[in-house]
Amino acid sequence: MGLLLAAPYAIFVAAVFVYPLGLGVWMSFHDFYFTAPGVDVAKPFVGLDNYATVLSDPDVRASFVHVAEFLVINVPLTVILSLLLATALNSAIHWRGFLRVSYYVPYIAASVAMVTVWMFMFNSGGIVNQILGPLAPDPAWLVNKAWAMPSIALYVTWKQLGFFILLFLAALQNVPKELNEAASMDGATRWQSFRAVTIPAVRPATTLVVLLAIITGANLFTEPYLLTGGGGPNGASTTPVFLLYQQGIQQGNPDIASAIGVLLVVGVLLVTYVSRKITERD
Amino acid sequence: MTTTQKQSPAILKNDAGSTSGKRRSRTRQLLPMALLLVGAVGFLFPFYYMIVGALQEKRDPTLAGALPWPSNMTLSNFTDINESIDLGRSLLNSGIFTGAVVLCTLFFGVLAGYALATLSFRGRGLLFAVVLLLQAVPFQLLMVPLYVLLVRGFGLGDSYLGMILPFAINSVAVLIFRQFFLQVPREMFDAARIDGAGEFRILRSIAVPLVKPAILTAALVTFIGPWNEFLWPFLITKEQSLQPLAVAVANFTQTGAAFHDNPFGAILAGSTVLAVPAVVLFIVFQRHFTATDASTGVKG
Repeated sequence: MGLLLAAPYAIFVAAVFVYPLGLGVWMSFHDFYFTAPGVDVAKPFVGLDNYATVLSDPDVRASFVHVAEFLVINVPLTVILSLLLATALNSAIHWRGFLRVSYYVPYIAASVAMVTVWMFMFNSGGIVNQILGPLAPDPAWLVNKAWAMPSIALYVTWKQLGFFILLFLAALQNVPKELNEAASMDGATRWQSFRAVTIPAVRPATTLVVLLAIITGANLFTEPYLLTGGGGPNGASTTPVFLLYQQGIQQGNPDIASAIGVLLVVGVLLVTYVSRKITERD
Repeated sequence: MTTTQKQSPAILKNDAGSTSGKRRSRTRQLLPMALLLVGAVGFLFPFYYMIVGALQEKRDPTLAGALPWPSNMTLSNFTDINESIDLGRSLLNSGIFTGAVVLCTLFFGVLAGYALATLSFRGRGLLFAVVLLLQAVPFQLLMVPLYVLLVRGFGLGDSYLGMILPFAINSVAVLIFRQFFLQVPREMFDAARIDGAGEFRILRSIAVPLVKPAILTAALVTFIGPWNEFLWPFLITKEQSLQPLAVAVANFTQTGAAFHDNPFGAILAGSTVLAVPAVVLFIVFQRHFTATDASTGVKG
């Protein structure tokens, strides 16, 4: 009976999740072409050829470097800011509702919409450069080779932060108030009790936030596509998923694209494994 | 709000101390508040700036331009973008896409959540593991195989069905329903079973009415996904008349805007039409959104 009720869901999972996943891995080991529906052509097994093509492509290697650059900026910034803001929000007495809503607004609003405002704010004559005056980078942020990826990292941090603040907030509400009270009785400063009580108490949430931030970051597409006009300037902000789209769908090489995808998953698994070792240490 | 009340004894204790203690507790409150308010401005400003920019007749990127000057206000940006992309049609497409995804998610979610929470059957553990695993695997990885299958295999390019199918299941919704059904006392279902009701009858007359709040939460949490989704509908819709608003605005940003008098105004007008409905819905139903969304995330 239970099986019957769960069956529609299970069938769907198999059709739009398990099967495509398997097909993706299969394609990465074969020579695969797009064909019209129903036409059957040979798709010979080519072993690791697709992987060799991908790994020897300097564009692909550059895109992985860009994502690493993104993660180095985005993940620490996300963890620190969301934990600080969640702690402050947890102890705030006034305007909690208003504050919670304002932090969540960027997360709710469509990325497509928010990207356009950022372009408006960060282009050469935009309000950010007007404020910075002579300190503004030239060329402007999103068309500057050195600043394109950091700008994207900053944008994504801002966009996602509300969600991560909520995760920390939920974790903080399970921290016994007595712990902080005891620390404050013993004369601990706010900073000391934050380090000795809050950080250890929310460690599981920190692990989760790091994990989710890495997964989101590794799958950047909309931002390099729209914010920097297709991985620009001069390919300085391409990402693996952007190349996956270019190769797989624009240029009709789904086998190459699948190999990039598999490499990306393996990379993400490795990075999350290492990050778990770090966040769960001591 | 309950946490605020719980907190007050601690603050009273601090206040009851010497005057220096009082001053310290005052700064203990002020510093985080200042941080929070500065943060809130930073978070809200781009959203506000989008609306101001959408209403500006002439683009004004200066600092003063961040204020809505009545002399520079117009609605013409909205009519302007409406000439390039049919806003009504795009909104309708977004509505169909989002509505169908939410309905499918609720239907599959209630069934699977009920089965996982109250019935024991073979493969239950496996199914629950798959639900959790689904959350961890990002959609982008499935993008090319799904494209091969749906567009090349079944010819579902430029169709609502092709847009909807990959989003029709959502593990967050299953987890929300499972959590709610677990909280319903088992005896209620057992009593109905003893009275001879079948599982479908129990589901319809007992379970679903009991989890109405969960249905609202799941609908709201699911809503923002397809409404804001760009990548998948962008891949499979080449025909403009089928594109959801997010795709239409993005394409307009990339190519169409250059020919307009105030391109940024028109782009921001499109962005406003896209972003404001989701934000308004969120503010109205704020309470339902936050609590459950976050706790499902943490407790898995």
